[in-house]
Amino acid sequence: MTQSWLDIGALEDIPRRGARVVKTRHGCVALFRTAADQVFAIDDRCPHKGGPLSEGIVHGNAVTCPLHNWVFSLETGLAQGADSGAVATYPAEVRQGRILLDCARLIAGRAA
Amino acid sequence: MKRRLVVIGAGMASGRALEHLLAADPGGWDVTLFNAEPRGNYNRIMLSPVLSGEKSYAEIVTHDDAWYAAQGITCRFGEAITAIDRAARTVTCANGTVAYDKLLIATGSAPFIIPVPGHKLPGVVSYRDLDDTNAMIEASAKPGGKAVVIGGGLLGLEAAAGLAARGMEVTVIHLMGHLMERQLDPAAGYLLQKDLEKRGLRIHCKGATKAILGTNRVEAVLLEDGTVYAADLVCMAVGIRPETRLANSAALEVGRGITVNDQLCTSDPDILALGECVEHDGQLFGLVAPLYDQAKVVAATLAGTHAAFRPVQTATKLKVTGVDLFSAGDFAEAEGREDIVFRDPARGIYKRLVIEGARLIGAVMYGDTADGAWFFGLIKEAADITAMRDTLIFGPAYQGGAQTDPLAAVAALPPEAEICGCNGICKGTITAAIGAGASSLADIRATTKASASCGTCTGLVEQLLAVTLGDDFKLPTAQPVCRCTDLTHEDVRRLIKSQALKSMPAVMQELGWKTSCGCHVCRPALNYYLLADWPLDYTDDAQSRFVNERNHANIQKDGTYSVVPRMWGGMTNPRELRAIADAADKYAIPAVKVTGGQRIDLLGVKKEHLPHIWADLNAAGLVSGHAYSKGLRTVKTCVGTDFCRFGTQDSTGLGIKLEQRLWGSWTPHKVKLAVSGCPRNCAESTCKDVGIICVDSGFEVGVGGAAGMDLKHTEPLAKVATEAEAIDLTVAFVQLYREHAKYLDRPYKWLAKVGLPWVQQQVMDPAIRAGLIERFDLSQTVYQRDPWADRATPAAQAAFAPLADLTREAAE
Repeated sequence: MTQSWLDIGALEDIPRRGARVVKTRHGCVALFRTAADQVFAIDDRCPHKGGPLSEGIVHGNAVTCPLHNWVFSLETGLAQGADSGAVATYPAEVRQGRILLDCARLIAGRAA
Repeated sequence: MKRRLVVIGAGMASGRALEHLLAADPGGWDVTLFNAEPRGNYNRIMLSPVLSGEKSYAEIVTHDDAWYAAQGITCRFGEAITAIDRAARTVTCANGTVAYDKLLIATGSAPFIIPVPGHKLPGVVSYRDLDDTNAMIEASAKPGGKAVVIGGGLLGLEAAAGLAARGMEVTVIHLMGHLMERQLDPAAGYLLQKDLEKRGLRIHCKGATKAILGTNRVEAVLLEDGTVYAADLVCMAVGIRPETRLANSAALEVGRGITVNDQLCTSDPDILALGECVEHDGQLFGLVAPLYDQAKVVAATLAGTHAAFRPVQTATKLKVTGVDLFSAGDFAEAEGREDIVFRDPARGIYKRLVIEGARLIGAVMYGDTADGAWFFGLIKEAADITAMRDTLIFGPAYQGGAQTDPLAAVAALPPEAEICGCNGICKGTITAAIGAGASSLADIRATTKASASCGTCTGLVEQLLAVTLGDDFKLPTAQPVCRCTDLTHEDVRRLIKSQALKSMPAVMQELGWKTSCGCHVCRPALNYYLLADWPLDYTDDAQSRFVNERNHANIQKDGTYSVVPRMWGGMTNPRELRAIADAADKYAIPAVKVTGGQRIDLLGVKKEHLPHIWADLNAAGLVSGHAYSKGLRTVKTCVGTDFCRFGTQDSTGLGIKLEQRLWGSWTPHKVKLAVSGCPRNCAESTCKDVGIICVDSGFEVGVGGAAGMDLKHTEPLAKVATEAEAIDLTVAFVQLYREHAKYLDRPYKWLAKVGLPWVQQQVMDPAIRAGLIERFDLSQTVYQRDPWADRATPAAQAAFAPLADLTREAAE
């Protein structure tokens, strides 16, 4: 699939160790900014009970779901520790202070 | 043939030397003991308890007539030696001369008398011997007598405390800026002064005595600054100087004291000297430990065996009942030295360790000196403390971890080592209780009271159980906060205070966090500890808060939120109810529910709507109810005297006042209050964190109730007569909980750890209570803000909305 980079906003729009959501037709995507100013995009829906991961506490390159404390790697989307599960990840990066998200999979209408 | 030994001075040093000498060589010496005082050796250190009336002279005699007789010592008490003839090897007194083969000079020290006008007036005494002590006791017999003690050092303060105990009105005049400046640093001197003032002593620092006034006897003391203190008795305790007059006359080498070598020989090899009269290697001696060391060396030298005196470090303890003070080593500030300081203002505790390189070189402690001996040991051994530096100030009890085995450390403690400072229980008492069948912490608490008060020694007691019972006792392991650290919550709280760590990076750096920025377990705890301990220095970190506290609403299972406006004391009115109804309509709120805390919950609000609904509710005067916070939730009330025919007090009014005082404060876990207007308890006060029951004669304040996973009745904190006292007590209790509890411990859990008596003691002490209230109010100047109003701005509204909406982006 070809890439489709979209300027989503400024890095400053997301607090360090925090997240904001991007609404898409396939549900919300959470855009995380780490303490080291890295940006990651993953589905904003915990595979356990649907908790909004964007509201979790960000530590290192991981986030803890606010509902039942499942921890996910922001890099791989894989649940950490004893829990097993995964969320989808999307390419995202920062260029000149702007956040770019690869929206190829997010804008395209899924085949019914 | 017995050799002749003459001893000048029957004090503690020569007494100990004679014991050693005669024990080693019982028949070898013909001893003549001269003493200017008309009595034998007594324990001069214990003159303070004699002065205060806690002991009698008979109790402090160390060598009585029977002892001297049994040792065959010729006692010449009350006879002062006037001259030494070194060529003839004799000493002379009023009654003739006595020959010696060896002479031991132990003339001690003389008090230093400031030669101000009036210093010879009757009623001016020093504080060196029993006669001085008796003179002071006699002076104190006059009712309403006033005493001035000149000198705020060790001796002066013991004299002052003793005179005060005898009922005199005592003023201490001290030349320096703080008391005991040779042993204490300014901070500890300040605490000491505060404590002594609480006991009724008047302390005047930076006071220089100009004259002692009086015609026939002392009447007053005049200071350089013009202050006059009336005095029936003046005690000069400004210092001592070695008593060297005899040695001088005999042309022995004398510096500040009689010069002695490592064998305690003077410049005449047949004359030895020891005690406060000597100078060794430029150093004088005033405390008893080095004097006893000298006594051993003197005995060896006389017996012809080789021994050398090496002065050791000494530690100081003030012998004033109820004042706990310890100092040892060198604690002056200097380049290359670092301090570790621990302060607990509420409990009046101050500890300071001075470190140079890898060694501990000085320690000053006030209020809690239980670890003094251990620190002193580290100083004397010049031990490398690098590995335990982080927790060093907490003493041996905290030196667990990989470097040392805590069980071995406990096993190594002597039986008299104090384990429980609150109740004064030593190790021996606890091991005896275990021997008598105690096999659990509860047993130990029931049989010995150890760990039954503040609980900080619980770990030590458990280790003792483990050491004594072996495999029969399972040691509960200390739970670290999380996997980012090996420290417990209690460790972290203490270290944040003691090392003055005021930011999250500082905590993680200084306490060796194993992760770069913590995790979801430690960060909210650290954020709370930091904002509670340093309200003015630390900035609350929203990203370290659980979602509810970050978004100021309760997240629901579907990711929507609930919104609960505050209803002060459960009271509302049509205007507020209309605003709530309008908001429910406008934002299509799916569920509206009345809560157990006497207010209304709007459930199912979308996140992006939160700042908008808050703005609408704010406009009607409604503010956040903090239904989501580890902080004050609600104050539930009944209608009290306003409407109820049984009500005894205005319970609703008190509830509203409490809620208005406490709202917005963050606490280790949520805090719920209730006020019931009579013992029928319609507001269910008896299961709240703080529950007040109004009665005819006042207010019964209970604490530590629970009605969640655990069900627990409140424990009575105190009964007070007025509403103002009930509020003060509640605020002080909440602040004590804020300062001491582990994050996520509800008050009842914390209370079980520290014990109700300790909490009562804290909040009932007027000074401590005032301090707690002051710190609470200070924190409220920062944190008592409506978070809804703060977020009813366009910027906040934008931050609560999605960053972007791609649902309308066209597919390529």
